[in-house]
Amino acid sequence: MNTLTSQPAAPGQQSPPQPANRVWLDPVRKYGEYVLGGAVAIGMMLSIWAAFVLAPTDTVQGDVQRIMYFHVPMALLAFFAFFVVFVSSIIYLLRRDERWDWLARASAEIGVVYTTMVLICGSIWGKAYWGTWWDGEPILTTTLILWFIYVAYLLLRFYSGRTESGARNAAVLGIIGFVDVPIVHFAVTWWRGLHPTGYVLNGATPDTPPAVFIALMLAMATFTLLYGFLLLQLYRLERYTTEAERLRARVEYGD
Amino acid sequence: MSSLQTGWQQLWSIVGKDLRSELRARQVWAAMALFSALVLVVFYFAFDLRIENNAAVAPGALWIAFVFASVLGLGRTFAAEQEHGAMDRLLLCPVDRQVIFLAKLIGNLIFLGVVEAVAVPLFAAIYNLPILGGQLLMIVVLGTVGIATMCTLFAAVASTTRAREIMLPLLVFPLLIPVVIGAVRATQSLVAPIVNDPPWPGLLVAFDVIFVTLSALFFQFVVED
Repeated sequence: MNTLTSQPAAPGQQSPPQPANRVWLDPVRKYGEYVLGGAVAIGMMLSIWAAFVLAPTDTVQGDVQRIMYFHVPMALLAFFAFFVVFVSSIIYLLRRDERWDWLARASAEIGVVYTTMVLICGSIWGKAYWGTWWDGEPILTTTLILWFIYVAYLLLRFYSGRTESGARNAAVLGIIGFVDVPIVHFAVTWWRGLHPTGYVLNGATPDTPPAVFIALMLAMATFTLLYGFLLLQLYRLERYTTEAERLRARVEYGD
Repeated sequence: MSSLQTGWQQLWSIVGKDLRSELRARQVWAAMALFSALVLVVFYFAFDLRIENNAAVAPGALWIAFVFASVLGLGRTFAAEQEHGAMDRLLLCPVDRQVIFLAKLIGNLIFLGVVEAVAVPLFAAIYNLPILGGQLLMIVVLGTVGIATMCTLFAAVASTTRAREIMLPLLVFPLLIPVVIGAVRATQSLVAPIVNDPPWPGLLVAFDVIFVTLSALFFQFVVED
């Protein structure tokens, strides 16, 4: 994330070009992304191998439990992505540096994609194990609401265009939405009447085979790298889009 | 004159202005009251209510009617200002943003109060629930504060976008889930007491406090220019 480390710009100003003084970062800028991309590709293959071959078949659930190796890392990374939206929205409102806004937008897009996949593969898992696609279990309901909040966030960004007021409004939603998520979760949990749900993921007991942890950690690392890789791409896309729109405006209205 | 007194005066002058222009010009209030009554009637048919499922379904219908009416009516919170270009002038006044927000919130609460004054007795009548009284009033007030707060803030957000009518419900409905759950559950417990239920009215107070604080805090960023 070399592009994020430069100094803050004055509010409303165009983003300055990359500072030229950090020569030691040049190889990272040049090859870092390829290394990261390659690591994601290798890690993804290793994770698939670990989930399907290395990890033992679950004694209770059978093969369907292998969804867990993708489901859990994606869910955690989705929450992390929205946390990044939350933090960069706060910093954006404080500093008014548009680069934090680009970061928030990029992270929200990845978060929504991850959440969508979590909901889909969670439903498949639920159908195979519980016998229903959907169940009013609190964490499922919370995840669905989370998805709605951040899809609305992306829609708001879409409908407000790349304006400063659009960025501010999105930051407000990015903060309030994130604060709202635990409240939603508590409300949904109480709504189900405080009963333990009885559906417990495979709890980590001492006799859980180490291969399970290895596969899970491998998938966790891979999806984290993938998040970083995608964030880098989307962040750059945001920057280029903004710059292209500015250039177009300059051409249209004169300088 | 202390700043608190000044703020108080400013608050009520904005509320008074909104009420006057609302009473003189548009008749949205009557339309919204009629709309929420209509939602209640539609639900009455949609669920084919009988004695045995009345208690479970009726509170939900009531709160859906309120939420729909809020989103439709409160989406116009800043419409008058924007149509006449008065938003800039309101913001140019030496008035705190928080005061403007609270004034708009109070205006919206009065608006929803009128709607509910029509809808609640009708609700009790057509669903045949003898629950009118102080407790129901308290729950309605608590739920309405939460709904109105979020709608007021995000009406300002949505009014800057191209698709403001559809944007407001998309933004507000997911955020309002806790308030809706709390209000529906609290109303249900009036109809048929639920054992071992969490203290929903207290939780509603907590939700309201959080929402009002957050909204008053962040409103200034929404109306910056």
